[in-house]
Amino acid sequence: MRRALIATVAGAGLALTACGAGTATATPTPGAPITIGVSVSLTGDFSSDGPALEKGYDLWAEDVNKKGGLLGHQVTMKYVDDTSSTQQVVTNYQNLISSEKVALVFGPYSSLLTKPAATVVDRLGYAFPEPAGGAPSVFALGLHSLFFVQPAAIEDNLVSYTNWVLSLPADQRPKTVAYATEDDPFTQPQIDKAKKLLEAAGIQTVSYKVYPAETTDFTPLALKVASSHADAVILGTQVPDAIAFVKTFISQHYNPKTIIETAGPDQGSQYSDKLGANTEGIMVPAGWTSGSQAYGNPTFVAEYIAKYGGTAADMSADSAEAYSVGQVVEQAATKANSIDNQKLIDTLHTGTYQTVQGPMGWDSVGKPQGGVGVFVEQWQNGSAVFVYPPSVAAAQPEYPKHDWQ
Amino acid sequence: MTLILEAAVLGVLTGGVYALMASGLTLIFGVMRIINVGHGALVILGAYLSFVLWRNMGVDPFVSLIVTMPVMFILGVILQIVFVRPLKTDREALSVLVTYALALGIEGLLGYFFTSNYVQITAWYDTASFPVGDFHITYVYVYGFLLCLAILGAIFLMLYRTTFGAAIRATMLNRTAAQLVGIDVDRVSAVTFGIGMATAAAGGVVFGITNAFNPGSHYDLISRLLTIIVLGGLGSLRGAVIAALVMLVIQDITAVVISPVWAAFVFFVVLVAVLLFRPQGLFGITVRDRV
Repeated sequence: MRRALIATVAGAGLALTACGAGTATATPTPGAPITIGVSVSLTGDFSSDGPALEKGYDLWAEDVNKKGGLLGHQVTMKYVDDTSSTQQVVTNYQNLISSEKVALVFGPYSSLLTKPAATVVDRLGYAFPEPAGGAPSVFALGLHSLFFVQPAAIEDNLVSYTNWVLSLPADQRPKTVAYATEDDPFTQPQIDKAKKLLEAAGIQTVSYKVYPAETTDFTPLALKVASSHADAVILGTQVPDAIAFVKTFISQHYNPKTIIETAGPDQGSQYSDKLGANTEGIMVPAGWTSGSQAYGNPTFVAEYIAKYGGTAADMSADSAEAYSVGQVVEQAATKANSIDNQKLIDTLHTGTYQTVQGPMGWDSVGKPQGGVGVFVEQWQNGSAVFVYPPSVAAAQPEYPKHDWQ
Repeated sequence: MTLILEAAVLGVLTGGVYALMASGLTLIFGVMRIINVGHGALVILGAYLSFVLWRNMGVDPFVSLIVTMPVMFILGVILQIVFVRPLKTDREALSVLVTYALALGIEGLLGYFFTSNYVQITAWYDTASFPVGDFHITYVYVYGFLLCLAILGAIFLMLYRTTFGAAIRATMLNRTAAQLVGIDVDRVSAVTFGIGMATAAAGGVVFGITNAFNPGSHYDLISRLLTIIVLGGLGSLRGAVIAALVMLVIQDITAVVISPVWAAFVFFVVLVAVLLFRPQGLFGITVRDRV
């Protein structure tokens, strides 16, 4: 009898916990300061991207506070390190929402971490605007509370590049392509889509290799690509492998007509410091460039340099993406006249929002819609500039790329 | 065929560098019976020391070893005295916790001073290469391999041609018996830890030239180093060298011929096969616990 009673009480407790989980969000007192929680990767595989996100979020918080706050609420950012771990990121968002009672949460870095985090954030009833989780597997969750704040879904990142390749005169177009990619949800979908599009257009694949994300020695992979003598090289990389591939190509005297890397070349001096003049001609898909005249971008760039030093070329796109998250939340809050999470979710599903990456809106599962898309950026004379499509290009694409220096 | 040969040559050259890094780890285990899971962090610390000398003073990374190896040696002696020597019982298990804490401390300090941005040491020889048949070999791998030969050769000479080397080998064989014949095992342990850290500095400089690294880069590194010394036989310097070469050659050839995804798997198949027939590893010594 006593055991049955305990079971009943425990069951009821669990049921109440489950019910309560979906109603955690509460509207703060008007004018009271609020805290926005973020899980960032300060250690582990994404430890170079985490601090870049922090910079973008912090800069936005400063800007919004200068303007009187988010609907009158002064904003404080609270960061917790997830060590780039898919388990820790879930714990962090649970704690931020349930224990810390933050008013809002913003997303972490990478699709790998966004996916598990998004599920728990959705269950707890919070909106989840996020700057870096755009893999197909993230949208496949079907979450109504998620908003990927970039101009296009990750798998479409290389579409502009393939369009550019196919726009070249037939006699100049690359005839063969070598692909290599990490088995990461951010990189592999981009490479696979580019491969599909180029193969459909008759461009032959001469090498395709997928490697584990935890690989530390990239030289054998780069040798494999170099030995293919492909006209074009398309790489699904983060910073360390992006650098390692190029260095091996240089040492092997292999200079393809065109190289594009999914990430690395967009990380400013963190990339160019290691390659010097040999960045020349290397491309990267980018939704943002420091020279863009998109909504608020010139101010963002000026404030970033004033606060963190360096030059526009040193800026990471991660910071711009994080800043954009703040921008869309600010506009949605103004539009809804509320920072209630459910109202923000409903509002973000309607209309278009202006960001430093250009305008964007979202479908029912948070996939960007109606944005300007992702462009092709190329390193030319020591800085990365938009080169395609012509409507945004600041320079002509350098093709074929110059020889290594 | 050229590609397989190229991968094999690369595997031997990079294997030498991993042998250098693993040599300190296996020596430390042999003498102190501790598993130093912080060894990867020490390699990264060595890489950062060379990075600082290169960036701030323009010192060639290989030349910087004249400074970094003695510094790391002294630091190793201090760390052994402060953190490892107090472990009197259950050394193998407790040492994992202590050295892991050490790794986290080093990672935290490096993160504080250098941030988590990736850095890399650059030199003319990191991309310059010379032709061998149909492919090119990058100078840094050759220099790294020569450095490995020089340092490992010196360690072998020290172990087998000096009185102190005999004391180290005696301590490896039987710590209690070594104490009974008058060997100061605490001193031997401290100096061996210092030597281990000095080799970490040497391995770190080559790692720092061939890889972009940040304070968190030690996690992937230590798993490789531990695997190498298990295959070679815990405590065996010769085993660590052979295992490093075997590991890198197998992985590099598998990566280019089959797939990078299978590279680690094929190596682990070899590792399991070896351990089935020789549980003590290729050159490990079977140790029987005495009651």
